[in-house]
Amino acid sequence: MRTEPIADPSGKPISIARTWHWGRWLAGLIALVVCGWLVALVVANPRLDWGAVLDYLFDPLILSGILVTIEISVLATVVGLVLGVFLAVMRLSHNPVLQWLATLYIWFFRGTPVLVQLIFWYNLAFLFPELILKIPFTMIGLKWDTNQVMTGFTSAMLGLGLNLAAYFAETVRAGIQAVDRGQTEAAYALGMTPGKRMRVIVLPQALRIIIPPTGNEFISMLKTTSLVYVVAGHDLMTNASQIYKSNNLIMELLIVASLWYMLMTAVATVLQGRLERRFGSDAVRLVRGGGLAARVLPRQPKPEGTR
Amino acid sequence: MNDEPVVLASDVRMSYGDTQVLHGVDFSVAPGEVSCIIGPSGSGKSTFLRCVNGLEPVLGGSLRVLGEQVGYSLRDGKYHAWTPKEFAAFRTRIGMVFQRFNLFAHQSALENVACAPIHVGGVPGDKARELAMEQLAQVGLADHAHKRPHQLSGGQQQRVAIARALAMNPTLMLFDEPTSALDPELVDEVLEVMKKLALDGMTMVVVTHEIGFAREVGDTLTFFDEGVVVEQGAPAELLADCKQPRTRAFLSSVL
Repeated sequence: MRTEPIADPSGKPISIARTWHWGRWLAGLIALVVCGWLVALVVANPRLDWGAVLDYLFDPLILSGILVTIEISVLATVVGLVLGVFLAVMRLSHNPVLQWLATLYIWFFRGTPVLVQLIFWYNLAFLFPELILKIPFTMIGLKWDTNQVMTGFTSAMLGLGLNLAAYFAETVRAGIQAVDRGQTEAAYALGMTPGKRMRVIVLPQALRIIIPPTGNEFISMLKTTSLVYVVAGHDLMTNASQIYKSNNLIMELLIVASLWYMLMTAVATVLQGRLERRFGSDAVRLVRGGGLAARVLPRQPKPEGTR
Repeated sequence: MNDEPVVLASDVRMSYGDTQVLHGVDFSVAPGEVSCIIGPSGSGKSTFLRCVNGLEPVLGGSLRVLGEQVGYSLRDGKYHAWTPKEFAAFRTRIGMVFQRFNLFAHQSALENVACAPIHVGGVPGDKARELAMEQLAQVGLADHAHKRPHQLSGGQQQRVAIARALAMNPTLMLFDEPTSALDPELVDEVLEVMKKLALDGMTMVVVTHEIGFAREVGDTLTFFDEGVVVEQGAPAELLADCKQPRTRAFLSSVL
């Protein structure tokens, strides 16, 4: 805002009057009153035991639940991202069977509630008491007891991961389709096969569009893990509920859990911001970053070393 | 057979859905020939060029390029459609330069040129980059090797695109209006590179609006209109004395 005085035609400086933003002050006042009242209602509520909140905030059961929540979130997100990329490529493939399969998968996993899917995986033993992996028509193979494999943890990871894959496939598809068609034509004209064109040319460019929403998916996943409660996955929410079922401090433990969820979301938001700043504008650096992406594209030689 | 035409089209027909674009094109290019194609927009000249390297499917007639029927191979008395792999192998023998450059946006100029040798030709990375550097030097862009396409001018991008198309040592080069998207002052630098290529004996098919280039560098000039070849001949003769009224009308509008 300008503070320097303006000279009038005679050359005399005339200072600038302060602008009063009445709307802002009024909105601020109303917000303060309403929010203050709501907070006061909760904070000053005599039925709420803040001491208990503090006691349970660092309870070992809560802390181990946080760890499980993070584990499930990370693993389910990884499952979802990897599978999602495959589904997106299948959907855009020229093979009608693959297209149809991917569409069916996406429809099924988006069409059924994730809660239902979680309970389904957890109770898989009702349908298949044993999981057998063997070479057909022989006795060579492996066998597991379904109930031992499908613990709360694995069914949570599988259920949430398979579900995320369906949503993420659409994100990846949008990213792939946003890459200019000319890039594909140039890749073909150079003698690339469709698969190579996808890996070397299209996907690295689609990343720029895909990466920002993945942060969002992860943040969402952190809290979706609370659904694991229904399959006793020993995550934050499950453990909090175990405590309040024994001592009836329901509100206190919900506050404890919420505080931790908010902290995890805040950390994830900061990480997401970094991810976007680093890769959002320029997917190329990610490609050079390491791992699979670095092998897909060659490292650029140092400018001074080549000439 | 060294005298076999590099491109031999007879009665080539092609349509996008219900709109027929090529109504029976007859056209041939001899080894080492620089063949320029002119014609109004929508005349099918770009579509024909894209048919030559199989980017668009031919729906009728015969199109033989580099001794092969494009899109099909003859086995047991029948033509079998190519697999994506066969298309890819065929296209490595043909370089293509696009109107909109189509450089890979996530790669530097050097990476663009080295991309096909590495990922298609299986050349080791260091060797490929070394060769790419030489190729960039050939088009006068050694200083810009590590820049991204968006950091280069249109003319520089198109020169990188030419170097990239040459990286697989093609026998035939296709140019699809290579200077149409350029600012006027950048056209010459691209035409210079193409001229040098022509003098080196490269077989080239050039769809262009640059009549001057066609006259100076071209061996033959072909006029396309409404999906057919209207007139064909040596550039100087065709430009001086064309027989067809359609050719005359077009030339008078561009010259």
